[in-house]
Amino acid sequence: MTTILAVDDSASMRQMVNFTLKGAGYTVVDAVDGDDALIKAQEQVFDCIVTDVNMPNKDGITLIRDLRAIPDYKFTPMLMLTTESGMEKKQQGKAAGATGWIVKPFNPDQLLKTIKKVLG
Amino acid sequence: MSIDMEQFHQVFFEESFECLDAMETGLLNLDMGAVDSEEINTIFRAAHSIKGGSGTFGFDNVAAYTHVMETLLDEMRDGRRDVTQQAVEVLLGSVDCLREMLNAIEAKEPVDESRVAEHKKSLETELNSAQSTTDESESTPVVQEAVTPEPTVAASIEASVLASPVVWDIKFVPHEDLLVTGNDPVRMFRELAELGKLDVTINLEGLPDNLDGLNPEFCYLAWDLVLTADVGKDEIDDVFAWVEDECDLSIVLRDPVVVPLNNTDDTQALVLPEIVAPVQEVMAAAEEITEPEPTEESVEITDETTVIVAPKEKSAEKKKAASHTASIRVDTGKIDGLINMVGELVIIQSMLSLAGENFSTDNLDRLKLGLSQLERHTRELQESVMNIRMLPINFVFSRFPRLVHDLSLKLEKKIELKLVGENTEVDKTVIEMISDPLVHLVRNSLDHGIEIPEERLKKGKPETGSITLAAYHRGGNIVIEVKDDGKGLNKEVLRQKAIEKGLIADNAILTDKQIYHLIFMAGFSTAEKLTDVSGRGVGMDVVRRNIQELGGSVEIDSELGVGSTMSISLPLTLAILDGQSITVGDETYIIPLSAIVESMNMEEGQINHVVGKGEAFLLHGEYLPIIRLHEIFNITSVKSSNLIEGTVVVVDGLDGSRCGLFVDELLGQQQVVIKSLEKNYRSIDGISSATILGDGSVALILDIPGLIKLSNQ
Repeated sequence: MTTILAVDDSASMRQMVNFTLKGAGYTVVDAVDGDDALIKAQEQVFDCIVTDVNMPNKDGITLIRDLRAIPDYKFTPMLMLTTESGMEKKQQGKAAGATGWIVKPFNPDQLLKTIKKVLG
Repeated sequence: MSIDMEQFHQVFFEESFECLDAMETGLLNLDMGAVDSEEINTIFRAAHSIKGGSGTFGFDNVAAYTHVMETLLDEMRDGRRDVTQQAVEVLLGSVDCLREMLNAIEAKEPVDESRVAEHKKSLETELNSAQSTTDESESTPVVQEAVTPEPTVAASIEASVLASPVVWDIKFVPHEDLLVTGNDPVRMFRELAELGKLDVTINLEGLPDNLDGLNPEFCYLAWDLVLTADVGKDEIDDVFAWVEDECDLSIVLRDPVVVPLNNTDDTQALVLPEIVAPVQEVMAAAEEITEPEPTEESVEITDETTVIVAPKEKSAEKKKAASHTASIRVDTGKIDGLINMVGELVIIQSMLSLAGENFSTDNLDRLKLGLSQLERHTRELQESVMNIRMLPINFVFSRFPRLVHDLSLKLEKKIELKLVGENTEVDKTVIEMISDPLVHLVRNSLDHGIEIPEERLKKGKPETGSITLAAYHRGGNIVIEVKDDGKGLNKEVLRQKAIEKGLIADNAILTDKQIYHLIFMAGFSTAEKLTDVSGRGVGMDVVRRNIQELGGSVEIDSELGVGSTMSISLPLTLAILDGQSITVGDETYIIPLSAIVESMNMEEGQINHVVGKGEAFLLHGEYLPIIRLHEIFNITSVKSSNLIEGTVVVVDGLDGSRCGLFVDELLGQQQVVIKSLEKNYRSIDGISSATILGDGSVALILDIPGLIKLSNQ
């Protein structure tokens, strides 16, 4: 069973991502910010991380950097949800070890397409 | 896969309104002198969140509007723009505008486009003001610009060399660390193969000579790819977009005249023909080592190349009537408590049914024990359920900083608002209904209470006035205070005004409290001129009535020149009431416990008959009227009509007046669940509501102020 950790401080985005991925047969765990995600990522190993960038407590880029430092997550696909304008963020994310990004706004089909791209 | 996005709208609206509240609070907290970057960050994040959600859920106008706000905030956050009072005002206005937009969208009503355009313009004006050090063209992009791809190379070629296959030579040399970002060349090749026919040639040049020195985490391989597909370069670029900094990549369109394919005379140093394999084989091999995939295998590949496409418009068929669902956010701890309690009840239920099945007098004790536990748990369950409806009073208080901010600007007064006890919890219904009366009281304090700065300085007061909103629990009530350090109420002026208006006789003797309460009388307004802040028709009488409808009372304390305090006392909940059951004849009534001062048996000589005013008795030096309930409700089956034989319950009206209610007998005290009379029957003077007693009969709950009024008629 492929498990995905979906991180977003916005409840509606979390709900949408969760619903979309579950509907496609993935197991999804939600986290509300980077801190929450880091704790959950240590309780079980996920096959993929999808995270928002702008979040309170710990932002998505720091989360990716922290996760990459954990041996279990060395090669795990990590996608950030970012706005089109955030080219700078994309670069920062890549430098932190992000696999790629999904540009907001996106619809469920686009999300699934990208997830399938990294999960094969 | 089609997902109905509408199901997420409710949550989106809720969180957007929360974000707007957070933005408003943040903006009001900004100190122009020393801006807290974390505060700006919080405001920015809220705007960003609304923008992201609205774009995703198809509210493009909200997204476009928020984008301008976000850009402005982003510049402030990065220190590229100063935080000015003017910018804050513009942003506050935008918060209002956005709130209106979201309200309209939620109610499925048309958005006031002209207002939105006007606000957006003032935002853009602010954004383009000389302040910013950013290039203008960069600072005002329109969100979700339609991505108009440049005419693709493929397309142009198609025009000139029709029917020739388009062949791309791709040289892909990953850097060693490509794998540690979670990227995998096989996935990229698979994606390319979806665009057309792909041939993959591996290049082993990069492998170290000595395999002992091989780092298993590094990527030493390179690939030469030949893609035969009628696609543009940008589509191929997209496949490699995530790794463009982690590889050397060249994508070259092969001359269309040259017939491509397998027999290439590649001058690559090391081409091993046996490694040239159709991509299907590579993928098949990869398939074996990758994990099995989720259910939906049919991936639809379209020409969509990026994910920047705006969500498709919802079809109009889904236009349901706007249905606003009142939802409530509950701490999961409270829910857990409830579940725990229900568990306890289930245990007791099985214990009781066991005792009932094999009943004998021997296990009477167990039955009793079970029943007493049942009672305790039911009460706890009730408390927990009530607790769920309890929300912090901050839901109401939070709107005041903005109100005070706006009004003090308008009235040119300097006012500091202090909030105390914002986390005091109170029933959701009370929260909803107390809001308007509170706004009225605060406006009054601002408008009539606090003096203008010059006047304050003249009086030796600090230039900035203060208004305190405080909430705390007292007994079974919540008390909300509105306190100001303004001019206070002038008893003489109030009195004169009341006499002028014919509200009281000119020789009336009134206590201070009664004089202050004059302001709650209909048609009483002392403001010299009506302002549009207060004094617009809705008077303090409405405020008092609203509070009374909630079962509460309001008190005023004031000192001339020093300030006033209005205290509103409200029951914590409107669903359950602590009551005293009494009987009058065959009827049982409930008196709210909070209204009862004491109960007593009358003695001979204690009762006085006042001509034309009925009976009265002396209590603690005060003559109180006696109201015979059996007379008011016309009950004939009364046990005794002699005052000495029954019981007199001394009750408190809301405006400080007291009286004795003459009843037959006091029964027990109990909590009763309030059932509305208006909803089930109609409203009746002297009765506030009804309840169902343990034996299934209905008892009416007395409305003490109403009863006093009724008996005076």
